[in-house]
Amino acid sequence: MSSITSLIQGCALTARGGIDMVALVNVVDSFRRFFDGDVWYSFRRNPLVILATLAALVGIIGAAFAPWIAPHNPFDLKTLNLLDAFSPPAWTELGKPQFWLGTDDQGRDVLSTIMHGSRVSLVVGICAVFLSMVVGITLGLISGYVGGSVDAFIMRVADIQLSFPAILIALLIDGVARAVIGKEHHDQVAVYVLIFAIAASGWVQYARTVRGSTLVERNKEYVQAAQVIGRRSLAIMFSHVLPNVMGPVFVLATLHVGTAIITEATLSFLGVGVPPTQPSLGTLIRVGNDFLFSGEWWITVFPGLALVILVLSINIIGDWLRDALNPKLR
Amino acid sequence: MNPPLLQVKHLRIEFPTRRGILVAVDDISFDIAAGEVLGVVGESGAGKSLTGAAVIGLLEPPGRIAGGEIIFNGKRIDNLPFEEIRKIRGREIGAIFQDPLTSLNPLYTIGRQITETIETHLALTHAQARARAIELLNEVGIPAADKRIDHYPHQFSGGMRQRVVISLALAANPKLIIADEPTTALDVSIQAQIITLLKKLGREHGTAVMLVTHDMGVIAETADRVAVMYAGRIAEIGPVADVIHHPQHPYTIGLMGAIPNVGDNNERLAQIDGSMPRLTAIPSGCAFNPRCTRTADVPNQRCTTERPGLMPAGATRAACWLHAKQYVKQNEALPV
Amino acid sequence: MTGQTMPIEKSNILLEVRDVAKEFDVSKPWLNRVIERQERQILKAVDGVSFTINRGETLSLVGESGCGKSTVARLVCGLYTPSRGSIHFDGMDMAKAEGDVLRKLRARFQMIFQDPYASLNPRWRVGKIIAEPILVHGLGKPGDALNERVGELLTQVGLSPLDAEKFPHEFSGGQRQRVSIARALSSNPEFLVCDEPTSALDVSVQAQILNLMKDLQREFGLTYLFISHNLAVVSHISNRVGVMYLGRLVEVADTKRIFTMPLHPYTQMLQSAIPDLKMTGKQRTPVAGEVPNPLTPPTGCAFHPRCPHANERCKRERPEMIDHPGGGQVACHGVEEKRINIIKLAA
Repeated sequence: MSSITSLIQGCALTARGGIDMVALVNVVDSFRRFFDGDVWYSFRRNPLVILATLAALVGIIGAAFAPWIAPHNPFDLKTLNLLDAFSPPAWTELGKPQFWLGTDDQGRDVLSTIMHGSRVSLVVGICAVFLSMVVGITLGLISGYVGGSVDAFIMRVADIQLSFPAILIALLIDGVARAVIGKEHHDQVAVYVLIFAIAASGWVQYARTVRGSTLVERNKEYVQAAQVIGRRSLAIMFSHVLPNVMGPVFVLATLHVGTAIITEATLSFLGVGVPPTQPSLGTLIRVGNDFLFSGEWWITVFPGLALVILVLSINIIGDWLRDALNPKLR
Repeated sequence: MNPPLLQVKHLRIEFPTRRGILVAVDDISFDIAAGEVLGVVGESGAGKSLTGAAVIGLLEPPGRIAGGEIIFNGKRIDNLPFEEIRKIRGREIGAIFQDPLTSLNPLYTIGRQITETIETHLALTHAQARARAIELLNEVGIPAADKRIDHYPHQFSGGMRQRVVISLALAANPKLIIADEPTTALDVSIQAQIITLLKKLGREHGTAVMLVTHDMGVIAETADRVAVMYAGRIAEIGPVADVIHHPQHPYTIGLMGAIPNVGDNNERLAQIDGSMPRLTAIPSGCAFNPRCTRTADVPNQRCTTERPGLMPAGATRAACWLHAKQYVKQNEALPV
Repeated sequence: MTGQTMPIEKSNILLEVRDVAKEFDVSKPWLNRVIERQERQILKAVDGVSFTINRGETLSLVGESGCGKSTVARLVCGLYTPSRGSIHFDGMDMAKAEGDVLRKLRARFQMIFQDPYASLNPRWRVGKIIAEPILVHGLGKPGDALNERVGELLTQVGLSPLDAEKFPHEFSGGQRQRVSIARALSSNPEFLVCDEPTSALDVSVQAQILNLMKDLQREFGLTYLFISHNLAVVSHISNRVGVMYLGRLVEVADTKRIFTMPLHPYTQMLQSAIPDLKMTGKQRTPVAGEVPNPLTPPTGCAFHPRCPHANERCKRERPEMIDHPGGGQVACHGVEEKRINIIKLAA
């Protein structure tokens, strides 16, 4: 575990300060220890996790480079031809070879829309997770380290938050945003509202996890040593306690990315997510759903399949990470 | 002369890891006579607790006995199936562990735990078992035992809990008790009480005790003989007074000098430089050779190439080439 | 004396603890108390302790678990604020020191902890750990000079300057304790509070650490407050010894007096409980009973339920520390009334 953190710290160091020899040595050292370590060993011995990682990587790379590697540009109206609409996957009798997974009602290539759609889904998922991580970790650290009435207040807020289903909170925030911003501008900020809505429902679990670990770490002697030295509470919290409570957070975050993507898809499916002009996987599934009973199954099944594979592989990686980092199960 | 109660012959305990096999206990042999208290002393990582666990069949996987024999009461017990060793455990070999709180089930009264142990191993009725439990609690010095028997472990203080654990170990009147650091978690004044108790009970019941500890003081007060372990091997074994007053192995000599003593006015303690090797890097030859100050006294660098077995040295036996017959004459300046 | 007035003549006393007490509120939450009709519960961890430490000497506090010795260490270091009483360091009242004065004061004392596995941040390299006090107290800036200083400190405690690049888990317990000591020394302190620094270590490693601490004391003129439950270690390292029982000091005297002529019945009991390594065949006289629950301490002298010499006065009246002609101070009615036989032990 420490190897991963120091790996990240080491990388951050080199990125900031140009080529610093000490940092470079540390990075090399970190890599060596990472590949020498138990986590890498457990990874190598676990074919399912390797498969999941490959699937997730394919998905992420496909999404990240969609504008460059997608076979068609589904949003360029000039390239669209309504005559291509509803053509089935390429391997079927009526399929056209240039559209591997067929096309939708407007003649857009399904594979290309999936790649662009995953891009939106991943961006929303990762950003939402990052935002709730920052909020949750900060509040959890303060709660656990300061204690007393501050702790009680933050944790009661968290309890209240937890008693509402995540979807409900997201719907609420989205609804409020629509009312405040107005329909015409809403499409431009829809993605940000979505990120905020998902993050608002997700920070609690980070806060709780971090608070729990902070309560343990706070009483350890290295924290007392820092207090004797005379470091300020804030400095102790972030430079001493934080690196030691990040382990469970990484696991949580990985699993949360999967959940966030599903939440985004659900919201988009319900019609309160991103607009159809910039579709996410959820929007694609909703649009395709209308044609499911008229026989054009591929329009909704392939985006659905992509969603399942992406989320499943992320969850497998998260589960494995949890076990690999847990010294008791090693 | 009767055969010893417990014989351990060439015991080897291994831990398979992905980096290779770690040998935690490497070819050790000793025996315990009926009614005898054998102290096993060593620093953390010396393999003393593993040896105790192996004798009682409680070695935690992936640790395993990879060689040697354990013979108890004339019967080989290291290769017995789980059910058989479970019968011996408790009935014929009792155990006392360091932390009295974890050795007792917090959900049951101590009376229930002791009577259950008695009923499992002895053919007694419930009423008889309970009477015996009260008798045992009285014997280990728990006041008002007939009332306290229905209390839960958390209602006892640390010292009292350790007494309960001792009575649990004695419940079926075993022939041997393995006591692993029985006083380490206790305060000094309580330690004295528990040591006195262990000594008294061993004598009265004729129970042999294998006392595993890092505390030479406890050994000095309790044991008849002592085995000093270092890096998974026995460095020296012998009568306790001889090992303490006239240690023969350089490690034992260093260890004895390192213990501060009330009333000694020396400014500095004798110090063994360095630290015990990790199991992954045990030196060839004698495991102590990198820290030993006497390797130069043995010709041909034998200390670094060939592992010494236990050989007679003074009144004890030590695993040290200094005591090999052919060198003893050359080394007149042997420690006395 | 106010916090800022400097004594005209530099006093020989470095630390003075006056009637310090520390109470912890260990009550259940408010709602539980109301429902279960319970009173607030106050744990008096330290209840009126006074002592002084001279420059360059080692004062040890001994006692069994729960006697408050570690709480005293944490009070002296400022990890806890006293509920009552005051602590003066070099003539300055620590409670009144603020801002820069406090920061300068903090650089002059450091602490060494018991658990070598918990006292070093597992995610920090050893070099960073040791440099932290230097940076916090503004005694140096990151750079070659700092790295050199860290290397020098590592050498002083018997490690290699190259160890600065390693993480704590790469060291054994004894080596980690050396790192702890190097960290404590890095701000050039005069005073070290050592809370059971060797009780988690094996004897041979303990000897290395005790020798190192003595060497450093001689080299830098350090003053130690040494907390331990091990009397043999205490007799080896200290000039003076204070014995604590249930939050109170019961006896303070120089080491020789404590170990050759223990006065307080509790000190005598601890003395007889030291394992006899020389096997002189001395009979242990284990004292019956255990330390009572500190939440409900006995009336009068806290030791009276276990004391063979206790009488009515001991149950009623709490003894104060008084000077003893044999040297040091003792808090015992029996000693005051000369009821207790003084045992003289050979040194």
